Amino acid sequence: MPDLGKYAEAVLSSYVLSILLVVALVAVSIRRARKMKNALEEVEKRGKSNG
Amino acid sequence: MGSIWEYANPKKFITTTDRLLPWVSALALVALVGGLVWGFFFTPDDYKQGSTVKIIYLHVPSALMAINAWMMMLVASLIWIVRRHHVSALAARAAAPVGAVMTLIALITGAIWGQPMWGTWWEWDPRLTSFLILFLFYLGYMALWAAIEDDDTAADLTSILCLVGSVFALLSRYAVNFWNQGLHQGASLSMDKEENVADVFYYPLLVSIAGFILLFIALVFLRTQTEIRARRMRALLARERMK
Repeated sequence: MPDLGKYAEAVLSSYVLSILLVVALVAVSIRRARKMKNALEEVEKRGKSNG
Repeated sequence: MGSIWEYANPKKFITTTDRLLPWVSALALVALVGGLVWGFFFTPDDYKQGSTVKIIYLHVPSALMAINAWMMMLVASLIWIVRRHHVSALAARAAAPVGAVMTLIALITGAIWGQPMWGTWWEWDPRLTSFLILFLFYLGYMALWAAIEDDDTAADLTSILCLVGSVFALLSRYAVNFWNQGLHQGASLSMDKEENVADVFYYPLLVSIAGFILLFIALVFLRTQTEIRARRMRALLARERMK
């Protein structure tokens, strides 16, 4: 860990907040993508079986 | 090589991006982690700004992507207006939350960096203010998409909003040059060797910027696929209700 001196709080909070935001964005995007893919497959299957 | 308009076909877009997505995501991860680790652990403190200079590896790439995401949305919106390709309208919709998060990161890291350097978290400086307005435009753009049920009407209205918001995206980039006042300094990256950041900060910054660009591309691919599927599902459900 580098010595961040008197600005440690500023530097660390910038990194923590930014990484949290990016991880949350990626997680939400992947979750929604999976959910939508499954939901569409189900609707398409239903449509085929109903003719 | 086929025409670029082939990718306006939703199936072709999904097949192609499905193939590209793992590679772009892996490259994004390598560049992001590489750039941030290099910048955080292996660069010295600045003689004026001390260790706060390490915030540059988050602040500059996120600010750059905040503006460029809106520019990408502008191009996609223009394609929608002129050629009526649904994939382009959906790609603009998919990019908005990514751009909004980038703008938020730029605003947060800017405030945290500004406090010890300028003695204040916020100042109604031209660049800071235009960035805040850009963030509000992102929120308005997403709200407008969510508020309108008909996809084509939503795409039309959000495209117009995107054209208007482009003024602020450009202002946030050039505000410092236009007004030549305020606390925020000029561009960190410049062709002018005197103005550009020192090499020791420059190279990790470039890697970090590449990481943010690749992350944006990967997320837009994934989210556009989701929007295409959501649109198809709405159409199928509407057809079911008609039966």
